[in-house]
Amino acid sequence: MTIAAKSLVPGRASGPLLVLDVPLSLWGGVDLADGRIVDRTHPQAGACIAGHVLAMPAARGSSSSSSALVELARAGRAPAAIILTQRDPILVVGAIVADDLYGIAIPIVTIAMADWPDLRPGTQLTVDAASASACCRVG
Amino acid sequence: MILAPIDQALLDGEHGPAARRAMEILLRYGEVSEAERFIPIGSAHIDGCLYHGPSSIDFVKRFVDLGGRVRVPTTLNVAAVDTVHPGWHCGPPEILDAQRELTELHERLGCLATLTCAPYQRIARPLPGEDVAWAESNAIVFVNSVLGARTDRYGDFADLCAALTGRVPLAGLHIQANRRPRAIVELPAAIDMPRDLLFGAIGYVVGERLRGEVTFIRGLPADAHEDELKALGASGASGGAMALFHADGITPEADWAAALTDDLPILRIDTAALHAAVETLCPVAPGEAVAAVCLGTPHFSIDEFRGLNAAIAGRARAPATEVYVSTSRAIAAMVDSDPAFAPLRAYGAKIVVDTCTYLAPVVRERDGAILTNSVKYAHYGPGNLGRRIGLMTLERCLRSAETGRVTA
Repeated sequence: MTIAAKSLVPGRASGPLLVLDVPLSLWGGVDLADGRIVDRTHPQAGACIAGHVLAMPAARGSSSSSSALVELARAGRAPAAIILTQRDPILVVGAIVADDLYGIAIPIVTIAMADWPDLRPGTQLTVDAASASACCRVG
Repeated sequence: MILAPIDQALLDGEHGPAARRAMEILLRYGEVSEAERFIPIGSAHIDGCLYHGPSSIDFVKRFVDLGGRVRVPTTLNVAAVDTVHPGWHCGPPEILDAQRELTELHERLGCLATLTCAPYQRIARPLPGEDVAWAESNAIVFVNSVLGARTDRYGDFADLCAALTGRVPLAGLHIQANRRPRAIVELPAAIDMPRDLLFGAIGYVVGERLRGEVTFIRGLPADAHEDELKALGASGASGGAMALFHADGITPEADWAAALTDDLPILRIDTAALHAAVETLCPVAPGEAVAAVCLGTPHFSIDEFRGLNAAIAGRARAPATEVYVSTSRAIAAMVDSDPAFAPLRAYGAKIVVDTCTYLAPVVRERDGAILTNSVKYAHYGPGNLGRRIGLMTLERCLRSAETGRVTA
């Protein structure tokens, strides 16, 4: 399976796929020391985003999610890559700065909402956003 | 992107190496945003001054080492601790020094250490139509919606880069067409909900259902106070990614937006949905012990202090149940110097400055729930503080504080 994607932050990364059906704010929603979801209103509270390809339909409000992503990266607990269906400037800036400060690439892509159901939780997924014509593929 | 002479000069290092580095980050950001060009900004409000860990300092320190200075008036959002009252801090002690360093680094760049999420109350009020680079989700939605100024949803880092260059990509909510409403929210004619929960509940439900869509809200009370619109926006940005709402007959761009509402999808929100949102955020039961009442998320305005002052006159709180109110130093100074606030002082309310009790651990009492009338607090508090939080009216918070037990 290959899903066409649009690259927001370039890079290539693989990991088990964690699909969140409800948007998550990284700040206030994730323990920055270990990557666990601590937002108790979130249906997947307790799950860990570290090292996963994190898919969520959209981001949530907090401006601090840029910092949260960078701090997760510094602690080695960031997601390997992020898949969204809507462009999110706050996460994009976090990924740019994580690369700039620590040389840690967290590719971010958007996919079409129509392709969302094809994302199978738990499969090993590669996000390939090295060029403008990005994709997500199994393996 | 098309670069104006100033953009090229910034990239070429003519305004120093810090501005060059900031402009390089903005250029990458602008390309992702598919912006055609950069525009000037009138002010910036920085969220990255809140200490999250060593990366917060690493980022700013590099600009300080390069001799950076902000090019527009720049205010700072809340910090992680109240350094004016360090004795109230119950979290890890090393945060105090780390936060002091982070704030000082920002001051060395020329930022004003306002340390408030609501500088729009008295310190800096962007003008209608003015482009600014403001971060912090409640501040973003407030300047866009209530003041009619223009900011995109800036996160940490982008905010400081904008301040150091005075430039932002022309994208998102800086573009007139993107400020058009994408959905209509219709509220019932009469909603049976106390006024101080109503606006927060509406924002939360709209934020959850419509995420970041620009909305046109019909049916808000025509006499909506600025503080109530603050609550609506703050909860909308907590429940979703609300960055701009138009309120029919109330907000500055509403008349323009009203003409663009034909054929938009309509979301009708009924009273039951609003009550359900409040119940979700109020898991506490009558009789349960109360550790504290926390108000001022976002920061309390002077009008909100006046309301609280009137509400607590002649009342007392249980000795172990503290009442904390978060605000800016500017508003705290007004309260401290005004004899009319004698009832508030007699009651023993503690005014927390420079931070906010939904992220800074100040409640010493470990047993019992924290009560608040802020939807934003009730949303983030459990995750940030690891505490049970109960959302209820100010009146019920104060009644519960009298006995130290949650009242019905």
